[in-house]
Amino acid sequence: MSDTTAVRSISQSALRYRKLRDRIIEVLLLAAGLVAVFTTLAIVAILVIESSGFFRHVSLIDFFTDTLWTPLFADAHYGIMPLVAGTLTTTMVALVVAVPLGTMIAIYLSEFAPHNVRETVKPILELLGAVPTVVYGYFALTMVTPALQFFMPDLPGFNMLSAGLVIGLMIVPYVSSVSEDAMRAVPLYMREGSYAMGATRLQTALRVVVPGAFSGLAAAFILGISRAVGETMVVAIAAGMQPNLTFDPRQPAATITAYIVQVSLGDLAHGSVGYQSIFAAGLVLMVITLIFNVIGFSLTRKFREAY
Amino acid sequence: MSASAATVTPEQLRSGLTRRKLLDQIFVVAGLAVMLGCLAILAVLFIDLVRDGAPRFGWDFLTNFASRRAEKAGILAAWVGTSLIMLVTAVCAVPVGVMAAIYLEEYAPKNWFTAVVEINVTNLAGVPSIVYGLLALGLLVHQLELGQSILAAGLTLALLILPIVIVATRESIRSVPNAIREAAYGLGATRWEVTKDHVLPYSTGGILTGMILGLSRAIGETAPIITIGALSFIAFLPDPPIKSEFPFVSFQWLHDPFTAMPIQMFNWVSRPDQAFQSNAAAAGAILLCMTLAMNGVAIFIRYRFRKKINW
Repeated sequence: MSDTTAVRSISQSALRYRKLRDRIIEVLLLAAGLVAVFTTLAIVAILVIESSGFFRHVSLIDFFTDTLWTPLFADAHYGIMPLVAGTLTTTMVALVVAVPLGTMIAIYLSEFAPHNVRETVKPILELLGAVPTVVYGYFALTMVTPALQFFMPDLPGFNMLSAGLVIGLMIVPYVSSVSEDAMRAVPLYMREGSYAMGATRLQTALRVVVPGAFSGLAAAFILGISRAVGETMVVAIAAGMQPNLTFDPRQPAATITAYIVQVSLGDLAHGSVGYQSIFAAGLVLMVITLIFNVIGFSLTRKFREAY
Repeated sequence: MSASAATVTPEQLRSGLTRRKLLDQIFVVAGLAVMLGCLAILAVLFIDLVRDGAPRFGWDFLTNFASRRAEKAGILAAWVGTSLIMLVTAVCAVPVGVMAAIYLEEYAPKNWFTAVVEINVTNLAGVPSIVYGLLALGLLVHQLELGQSILAAGLTLALLILPIVIVATRESIRSVPNAIREAAYGLGATRWEVTKDHVLPYSTGGILTGMILGLSRAIGETAPIITIGALSFIAFLPDPPIKSEFPFVSFQWLHDPFTAMPIQMFNWVSRPDQAFQSNAAAAGAILLCMTLAMNGVAIFIRYRFRKKINW
């Protein structure tokens, strides 16, 4: 065998080895990617299996029409509506805070702020979203509620108002960062056209950039709603845990998430109706957030494609 | 009249312009005020926690177990629990997340299957954290019989931060220019060699940032580990991982019951006694310092790597 063929056969076997190694690694990487798929499947499976046990005890009609939610009482009622009302009320209060503040900050950062201000402020602002939610709960209970009681002496110690306000503050950076991305995707020539007509920055922002980024802004609000709906600790700490069918934010009430926490704190037997009820509540929560997420993400894709 | 209504006199134009410029300025001030207001609230929150918790700071607070007497209670079991949970979370979430991201960016063919995986990752990022808790309760605690253990908590939080690690890693991999990949392919490198020797070294900064941000999210998560059934009153430490006799390491601690910083804080917040509120504030201040420090490190790393690399 000549030297060159020996080299060739060595390099060929080395190449075969490298290709085989590549194949094996690709399979491993794919397996890692599949973990995400399995997680989703597992979430759906667990929620559906455990709640199917629940719905053998409770009819769907009762679940959606009963106005009481007292699964742990002797006289058990299983109407999800009080929890849904609590969730919607805190979410509405949160939006009243987060939408104007988030949009204003986004307009300011995208259209007015100099480059270095934006680069400094954005990461600091994002810290607001990084604060542990249990700390926000403490903040709502021990600072916001007493401050509100100063203006509204009748306000109970646990109420949805302070919880909602704090959740709103918490999702401000999220709303503002998605909105800002949307506004920055509006091409520069549209702004330049507006400036050339003599418009000020504010006019350009409100009449050209905001309408142009509309689907992105809608996505930001909807993703914000989904965050607020799923928020747990703030409401569990500051809104009280009594299911209460009301849309008055000054009242104490439980949300879907707070109910799950409340049951988890106790010691419920695996397989009991009370245990299964948290999975039914979780399923409702999952469906609500999934709807908002799907709408939100399809809107963000839309604004990315628009320009 | 009809002719003059259509045209604008210079005076009208000037006053309109002044008005519009004034509005513009007002918005600048309002925008700045709102932004600074939000940052001020963050500062107030922090100062309030430190002030309320001030009497409790000290060595005893870190080395005492929880107690019925507020002034003797400490966070020993909580911070040890949190550290061990974070260890499990990091060991599980980082390799899997980085590998999944490499697959999606470098290997995945453009087909429906890849699209399904991608949609999955985006949707998982939007699932409320308490739903992960329910998953853990049903699957890990009861089906796989891991019980209310450190392992179950660590795995739960690992699943929770997986999308964060994947998204951050993908972004940093995507920012590596294609020319570098093509140059390596041109020299006969296989796909894995290109990834390992060229793409990954350039995206280390982004991957580290994603990892730290993910862990900083996990460290403050309360809801999912309450759902698993973490105990808030624990007066013992998990089994030590290092032993004096052979084989020197032990994994018994993975199966021990636990408590964690946010759980301990929640437990103290929900007590009516004012003395425990002060404990809660002190624990909250320490927890907040941990998350802010982790975020600070992440921002710093991102900044350093962005400065260092010039394509």
